Amino acid sequence: MKKTGANRLLNVHDLCIEGYQEEEWRQIVNGVSFYVDRGEVLGLIGESGAGKSTIGIASMGYTRAGCRIKAGSILFDGQELFGADYETLRRVRGPRIAYVAQSAAASFNPAHKLIHQFVEMPVQEGIMSFSKAEARAKELFRRLDLPDPDNIGDRYPHQVSGGQLQRCMVAMAMACNPDLIVFDEPTTALDVTTQIEVLGAIKEVIQAYGTAAIYITHDLAVVAQIADRIMVLQHGYEVETGETRQMIESPKKDYTRELLSVRKTRGKTINHGGEETVLAVENVRAAYGNNVIVLDGINTKIGRGKTVSIVGESGSGKSTLARVITGLLPPIDGKVHFCGEVIPPKLKNRPKELLRRMQMIYQMPDTALNPKHKVKKILGRPLNFYFGMSGKERDQRILKLLELIELGPEYMERYPDELSGGEKQRVCIARALAAKPDLIICDEVTSALDQLGAKGILKLLQNLQNELQVSYIFITHDLDTVKAISDHIVVMYQGKVVEQGPKSDILHPPYEPYTDLLLSSAPEMNPDWLDHVIKHRQRLADKGVSIRS
Amino acid sequence: MADVIKFFTRSPWSAKLGLAIITLNIFCALFAPALAPYSETEIAGDVWEPPIWSEDAIPHYTPVILGTDHIGRDLFSRLMFGARNTITLAFVTTALAFFVGSIGGFMAATLKGWVDQTLSRVVDILMAFPTLILALVILSVMGTSIPVLIFVIALIDSTRVFRISRAVAMDIEVMEYVEASRLRGEGLWWVMKEEILPNALSPLVAEFGLRFCFVFLFISSLSFLGLGLQPPLADWGSMVRENSSAISFGILTPLIPAAAIAFLTVGVNLVVDWFLHRASGIKDV
Repeated sequence: MKKTGANRLLNVHDLCIEGYQEEEWRQIVNGVSFYVDRGEVLGLIGESGAGKSTIGIASMGYTRAGCRIKAGSILFDGQELFGADYETLRRVRGPRIAYVAQSAAASFNPAHKLIHQFVEMPVQEGIMSFSKAEARAKELFRRLDLPDPDNIGDRYPHQVSGGQLQRCMVAMAMACNPDLIVFDEPTTALDVTTQIEVLGAIKEVIQAYGTAAIYITHDLAVVAQIADRIMVLQHGYEVETGETRQMIESPKKDYTRELLSVRKTRGKTINHGGEETVLAVENVRAAYGNNVIVLDGINTKIGRGKTVSIVGESGSGKSTLARVITGLLPPIDGKVHFCGEVIPPKLKNRPKELLRRMQMIYQMPDTALNPKHKVKKILGRPLNFYFGMSGKERDQRILKLLELIELGPEYMERYPDELSGGEKQRVCIARALAAKPDLIICDEVTSALDQLGAKGILKLLQNLQNELQVSYIFITHDLDTVKAISDHIVVMYQGKVVEQGPKSDILHPPYEPYTDLLLSSAPEMNPDWLDHVIKHRQRLADKGVSIRS
Repeated sequence: MADVIKFFTRSPWSAKLGLAIITLNIFCALFAPALAPYSETEIAGDVWEPPIWSEDAIPHYTPVILGTDHIGRDLFSRLMFGARNTITLAFVTTALAFFVGSIGGFMAATLKGWVDQTLSRVVDILMAFPTLILALVILSVMGTSIPVLIFVIALIDSTRVFRISRAVAMDIEVMEYVEASRLRGEGLWWVMKEEILPNALSPLVAEFGLRFCFVFLFISSLSFLGLGLQPPLADWGSMVRENSSAISFGILTPLIPAAAIAFLTVGVNLVVDWFLHRASGIKDV
């Protein structure tokens, strides 16, 4: 795999990229240099806003709208791409450099069959005939372990799962056997169990074809599985570059150490609160439409000041449970008790006081805040609505809330667009806290954030719990979050509770098979982890043990 | 205020031109009695006198700049007075159409269910009639007074506004911040006014400009059929109609009010394009 020097494929030198922000050009990538040899995988890693995607795309000589390459050189196989004419770039992009985007669901045209989207590029570039491209597609689909590789191409994008679609996109990128593929966070949108499948498939196929790759992600544990070398970026500057193993074992810079430590040092267990039950769910069954049962016989309860994590992959019904509790989806059967009383199943029948005591924080802070409201209005409204506060009293309370979420008073006058992802999520937390709730439902609150941001949010939530004695329902698929924050864990699979109990019971052997699958799917900071897990599962499969119960 | 000025100074030249055209028109309309050399109904000279720059121009004590119309009234003065009637009427009508249409559309999108069904079907029925026929029917039954005119055109236009605001609001209604406000227990009015309206404003403002032009052209065509504003009130549409026979004598008088219509339409659309551009979030790079 590792070749050096002679076989240089891509050489980027002193790359400077500007972005158009607030009516002026600002430099967002500052003199970054790197190279990729043939058959080598380079990992680009950093928080959001580090410029990793911008750099990744720039290695195709392209920038997103609102950005431009200002200076530097992008030498691809001896050919300069910076400033190259459209025709040259067209011949390189696709056949020789391919791109795999983060969200496959948003990248495929929903109106065309997969195979037609696959063959478009090779046929249009005149590299293959339709039938040849189709054969190539089937070969790649098989290699990528897609079910029914001969016929899957006849499906439409919505007829395959998210993980399968992502693999289809990898296949598409491989169509012309390119020299280089740019992977832009290909597994970020997937849950842990699917991530493993896609990651394994990507690794297998690029090794088999000897393709070089640039792999962009914010998850060091993921990049450690696949990259030969890693480059760490921060604010558009290169922090350090090095061999994967050496980088993970002995990082040189503090920033890298900080990134590495995120996964290791997440909070300690907290003990507090009495035995009072805040919320109890009793035999809840819920369905979408008339007969699609998504929740079946759910029983669980949450004590005051405690955190219950609901874990499971997408489609397991965990978000639906939150909708039942909040009243957005009245259950067809079963009861929800809140502070000892049965509460009305429908949202519109619930009194204002009850609504106040139960608040929700969403996964995507971008869509959870009205972009046309200032922070002052976002936080002021619940104060006014529930407590009738106005004028100075309200402003002072807003300042207090901002202090709680560790933001300064200058944030009052800002719009959500002027905040980073982590800051937005903090504002969402403050909005929930403004109502002085007894229970906050956190629906994947950290999954849209990068690791450092997520760490900050979790720490904040813990501190707030210690201070204010609120209970949390934590819906997540990230087991590290679960380990860090919960007192009690509920594992869900296909609308049913697989097991539940105190954290110590669930996270220590003997495991339920499904819990085991979830636990073993969370990436570890060890470059051999992926190969190990895949081999282990292969062995199990050979023995005829089904992993999914 | 400073923000508003900054907003306009940073607009592209096309939007500035459009704004200048609109401002000029509004200025003329507001100060028509002071600016116009003749009154709206005053006979200034002979029938269809040529404009002042023509070789055949007839000299007057007070100049007849654009010539005279079919009964010898000063065309320039009538254009100014016409601007008053036409623009005011178009503005009031469009505002009314938007008020009714967007509230209906937002309600349909937020409440869904039978409210949506009822409103949407009523709108479908209204839209099934060809607009001109519907207007002609109502106007001939209720008479051609200005309030009726406004009501009829606003009704017809509000169906289009309903459609677009319902579609826009549907997209916004599924956002989590709307769900969050529901969970908070907010009522319909807050959700519509504070959560949906600010986010639907850009496309609606853009649509406002377009509708404004259409109303404007619609009044012109009604006037052309004799069901719009009644003589001797000047409006640009009737001015084209009254003078239309002059074309067959090679006299260009009817083209002048037609050009005024086109001029304002272009101006409004330049501004609207700019709004649409901003609404779509594309940056000029």
